[in-house]
Amino acid sequence: MASLIHEGTGTGRGHGGGQVSELAMRSEPSRINQQSVPDSLTLTQGSISAVAPVSASGTERIYRHRLPIRISHWLNVPFLIILIMSGLQIFNAHPALYWGDRSDRDQPLISIRPIQTDNGEVRGITTILGYKFDTTGVLGYSNGKRRAFPEWATIPSAKVLAMGRQWHLFFAWALVINGLFFTAYALISRHATRDLAPTGEDLRGIGKAVKDHIALRHPTGEEAKRYNVLQKLAYVGVLFVVAPLIVLTGLAMSPTIDTAFPWLLTILGGRQAARTIHFIACFSFVGFIVVHVSQVILTGFFNNMRSMVTGWFVAKREPGC
Amino acid sequence: MNSHERAMERRQFLKGTLGAASLVALAGCDNLSHSSWFPSILSKTEKLTERAQRAITPTNALAKEYGEADISKVFPANGNTDPGTGEYAEHVAQEFANWTVMVGGLVQTPTSWTLAALKELPSRTQITRHDCVEGWSAIGKWTGAPLGDLIRQVQPLPNARYAVLYCADVDEDGVLYYESMALADCFHPQTILAYELNGAPLDIPHGAPIRLRFERQLGYKQAKYVTMIELVETLSGIRGGKGGYWEDDQGYEWYAGI
Repeated sequence: MASLIHEGTGTGRGHGGGQVSELAMRSEPSRINQQSVPDSLTLTQGSISAVAPVSASGTERIYRHRLPIRISHWLNVPFLIILIMSGLQIFNAHPALYWGDRSDRDQPLISIRPIQTDNGEVRGITTILGYKFDTTGVLGYSNGKRRAFPEWATIPSAKVLAMGRQWHLFFAWALVINGLFFTAYALISRHATRDLAPTGEDLRGIGKAVKDHIALRHPTGEEAKRYNVLQKLAYVGVLFVVAPLIVLTGLAMSPTIDTAFPWLLTILGGRQAARTIHFIACFSFVGFIVVHVSQVILTGFFNNMRSMVTGWFVAKREPGC
Repeated sequence: MNSHERAMERRQFLKGTLGAASLVALAGCDNLSHSSWFPSILSKTEKLTERAQRAITPTNALAKEYGEADISKVFPANGNTDPGTGEYAEHVAQEFANWTVMVGGLVQTPTSWTLAALKELPSRTQITRHDCVEGWSAIGKWTGAPLGDLIRQVQPLPNARYAVLYCADVDEDGVLYYESMALADCFHPQTILAYELNGAPLDIPHGAPIRLRFERQLGYKQAKYVTMIELVETLSGIRGGKGGYWEDDQGYEWYAGI
């Protein structure tokens, strides 16, 4: 049955789902109906709610994301991708990281270099804290070229530092402006305090949340309407720790900014340390994006996408079992 | 088709879509980079960055000065490491005894200084950090004559806005190296015409006999082998019109504060 319903709704995702669930909201579903919803349906609730009153009766539409948040969210997608890829272009100009103020080239924390072996072959070698890894094909040497990050990971794909900087500095401004707009809106609308800040109860439940996540058990019913504690911590961490850190470390690499705010380099541990932290923060973003996108797919891709596009999220009323 | 197969299919579909989308996006970015209009939009941020940075940076805020212990063991030399011309080779043979720096253009009294004359002027020694556009930093001790002293002596005309520094080196295509800076930045206390690095006369790779130290901007602004400084009202008539070798053809920003 589940497969029939799914196939039948394949074409009309989005609109149909919205209309029928509105109905569902109006017609108060009975307890019996909820119990009769097979659990397999709930996995794809976003797309099947359109079909039958039977399944719709167990769901509730909630307006989850307001327009300014949605705009800000989707702007971040191209901004971050461009910033990460143009950042890797800039990194490629000197593919090594250090601590402190100087780059002592014999003492990098991390370096990605092509080396010529005795038989004339070129290998890409990534060195992390003195440990060497052969990363030929991806890092150090790829597609017949001596470059730290491969062509598919940089903007532009060819080695052009000046153009990489132009992309990076333009979209850095764009990200900062979007970030300031988001922060102002999140504070004024109380999105930050109401939806994002973890409560004491949230934090006490962190152990259970970790176990549930490992088991890929996702919240349902009332629980699914709000963010869970790990989600909150991830969002707060990215929005209010990693993002400001990446902006500050980016600014700290500016020799002019360093004269205006000398304390920046003092707290960050030096200009090369700032560059290293900038790189770590970048990969924290990458890690977040990987987990975020996986969770979006795992917890009902179409429902999640619709809620970030239109604002409307379909939550199951009560846990079915 | 069971639900597992369907999930697999969906995953394949997503993978394929994401892969194709990223390839298209990357190709799109490359096309935009090569277009004539897009880079000019990107480069609009240069002015914004300059205005913002100048607005929040006190005019005479000093770059951090380090201690002797912080000096880099090796100070890398980038860009041209030898002008390689016959004329320059003669100067090397004469130990730069006849090297002069001429300061002219929109000034009351154009003046030339020999290397010896420059060394007679009050000097400034500073241990500062050099930040290359590539990302690395090196710390060195520079000694030289504050550029502001020279400029004051030649008395700039009211319409002078930029200082253009001409250098003795050429690239492999024979294009002469030059750089420029805002006239106001010439008067920053740490802006010097340096003739010593780490207590020794400048060597050839680092710009012998005279190079600029302009501590609040990136390394590519630190012109080496300086022969002439011209005060001008606008950069548009000079060479490529963008104010420097790296700016004209290589796409680097004239404002190199970040």
